[in-house]
Amino acid sequence: MKSTLALTAAAALTVGTAPAAQAEDLTLCWAAWDPANALVELSKDFEAQSGHDMGFEFVPWPNFADRMLNELNSGGQLCDLMIGDSQWIGGAAESGHYVKLNDFFAQEGIDMADFIPATVTGYSEWPKGTPNYWALPAFGDVVGWTYRKDWFERPELQAEFQEKHGRALDAPNTLEELKDIAEFFQGREIDGTTVYGAAIYTERGSEGITMGVTNALYNYGFEYDNPDNPYDLDGYINSAGAVAGLEFYKALYDCCTPPGSSNWYMGENIDAYKSGQVALQMNFAFIWPGVEADPNVGGGKSGYFPNPAGPGGHFAQLGGQGISVVAYSEKQDAALEYIKWFAQPEVQQKWWESGGYSALNAVVEDPGFASSQPYAQTFLDSMAIVKDFWAEPAYADLLLSMQDHVHNYVIAGSGTAQEALDALVEDWTIIFEDEGKL
Amino acid sequence: MVKSTITRAAHATPEPVAARVRGLSDRAIAWIFVAPTLFLLLAVNIFPLIWTIRLSFTNYRVNRPNRDIEWIGLRNYERILTDADVWQTMQATAHFLIWTIVLQVLIGFALAWLINSKFRSSNFWTTVIVLPMMLSPAVVGNFWTFLYQPQIGLFNHAVAFFTGVDPASFSMIGDVHLAPWAIVIADTWMWTPFVMLICLAGLRSIPASIYEAAECDRASKWRQFWTITVPMVLPFLMLAVLFRGIENFKMFDLVVQLTGGGPGNTTTLTSIDLKREAFERWRTGYASAYAVILFVTVFGLASIYVKALNKVKER
Repeated sequence: MKSTLALTAAAALTVGTAPAAQAEDLTLCWAAWDPANALVELSKDFEAQSGHDMGFEFVPWPNFADRMLNELNSGGQLCDLMIGDSQWIGGAAESGHYVKLNDFFAQEGIDMADFIPATVTGYSEWPKGTPNYWALPAFGDVVGWTYRKDWFERPELQAEFQEKHGRALDAPNTLEELKDIAEFFQGREIDGTTVYGAAIYTERGSEGITMGVTNALYNYGFEYDNPDNPYDLDGYINSAGAVAGLEFYKALYDCCTPPGSSNWYMGENIDAYKSGQVALQMNFAFIWPGVEADPNVGGGKSGYFPNPAGPGGHFAQLGGQGISVVAYSEKQDAALEYIKWFAQPEVQQKWWESGGYSALNAVVEDPGFASSQPYAQTFLDSMAIVKDFWAEPAYADLLLSMQDHVHNYVIAGSGTAQEALDALVEDWTIIFEDEGKL
Repeated sequence: MVKSTITRAAHATPEPVAARVRGLSDRAIAWIFVAPTLFLLLAVNIFPLIWTIRLSFTNYRVNRPNRDIEWIGLRNYERILTDADVWQTMQATAHFLIWTIVLQVLIGFALAWLINSKFRSSNFWTTVIVLPMMLSPAVVGNFWTFLYQPQIGLFNHAVAFFTGVDPASFSMIGDVHLAPWAIVIADTWMWTPFVMLICLAGLRSIPASIYEAAECDRASKWRQFWTITVPMVLPFLMLAVLFRGIENFKMFDLVVQLTGGGPGNTTTLTSIDLKREAFERWRTGYASAYAVILFVTVFGLASIYVKALNKVKER
């Protein structure tokens, strides 16, 4: 606590010595979820130090993209600061929605090398791999797994699993092992209640099933395009490995998920896990502080592990967002002041302590970081294996096509995995042709 | 002499204004009164329609303001009409439309018939029956997801009670064969009271003397029903069908909350598909063409139907 107070005081001095500017009412737009509440608390320090008032516009995830992209596309001035999804970066940069931050970073001594490389690429750069920055990494996130450690540790279940599979019932190392565990728990009676294997992403309307299935696809060999010839899709998206990955995800859905979980995303998975319906839960890392604090599943009853490896590699779907200044804002100076304040190591440290996932190396590489929370090491391990969906300006088109084809195959059982991915290649090819990239 | 309201108003009009108005013809004054409404109609309805038609011939995307807008003729229309997915959503919409109307008319009429018989506490039951239509469709969609929940849902447990099947063995919104019926059932639950109210108005508008005359002629109840009740309620029923048809053609909120259009595309109705094209894929030109096609379809069908309705009324 003492160190936090000292750091806060140091941060106050840093901002306090800046030239006095006119007090503004700033609005920060983000998704409505636990980290946003933590940011509200954190931002009170900024208000106290800068004299600016912070307002917030939070929209639930399923409507977040609709609402905020409408706002940006219409040149709206509702948001001065936007913590937008990583996939928006291409469109927002090319359409001029975000302010380019290179000069500001240079002027303020903010170095992108100080942040986790994957988050810089994922949240800040456009075009990818070039030093053109449109956001400061704000919230590192990645898909990982939560499991009922208290169930796994039961001797009778340990013995039964050992006998059946010849190995201990523990966090899985591979996707096949994960499926074995999910099958093991599916339909099992625990404490008089029927429980199920795993809650996985199956949501149809926004991005849910794509954010889930990619964790299997990547690890079976799916690639977005030819590494040597960008936008060359055929044979990469629908490779034999990718087909096997999609078949695996369907098999996992068919064998090991709770009945009625055909349209589940973050919220539903959290509910199923916290209510004791499932042994395993796929979800973004942002939920882990909430799991730890939960009276039913927290306090040591839960464990965490990164997305397991597959025969084609070891990856996990990147989540998270960067914070940008909206180009239509009339209060850009004050908004930049907020980013400057937020980038400080002291503030980033406090951000992590309050439940936000800092992407600053100084925070995550601190010797005490890995043991600071039960999930901290899993977060680090997961961030080391991330891969992200397209961040092209046409990302929404690309995403919805994938949602359609994957949901049709995995949930509705229509056609084969090969047909679904072939159709995806066709759709994406048309989209890239329309974009003039093919 | 008592002055009329018009005379008093004329005297109260300030002289400069009165002088200006005195010089205007009746037609000009009529235009002055109508102009604001006409202007609003043009601004809010006609202009957007014309603008949409114009956009439908372009590749415009509202999220790409820096991109050149190309005139692409009928390509959007061609793409839509040859897209198997669009026809699949049309089929899903037709299934939803036909079955909701059939069920709502049958059940709504039956309920109206019962309520019209004026049993004890019929007013109380009328209030109870109309409660669902007072709720927001999004709320209804949301709570039906809980009713259909395989493990805790009342619907599944009710089915299990009557049939003996395991309630967790079927998922109304997760099964491709059951999901189209799941949305039909929820919509029927919500909107049958609306049809019932219209039928009730029709039934109560039939003069008792007609039934008395039929009684005198010794017409059976069955014959009275088919020769008096049905023909006289028919215009009301047709009106209810028109309202429900138009409403369900553009159904969105209830289904989005209930199934999100899934599983797969099974319950993706045209309005959901159109919204995705316009505000998720941001294919504004394409979505405009889609909207024009839907507008022409609804407008055409509604026009034919209204003509039929007028003929029935004239009988």
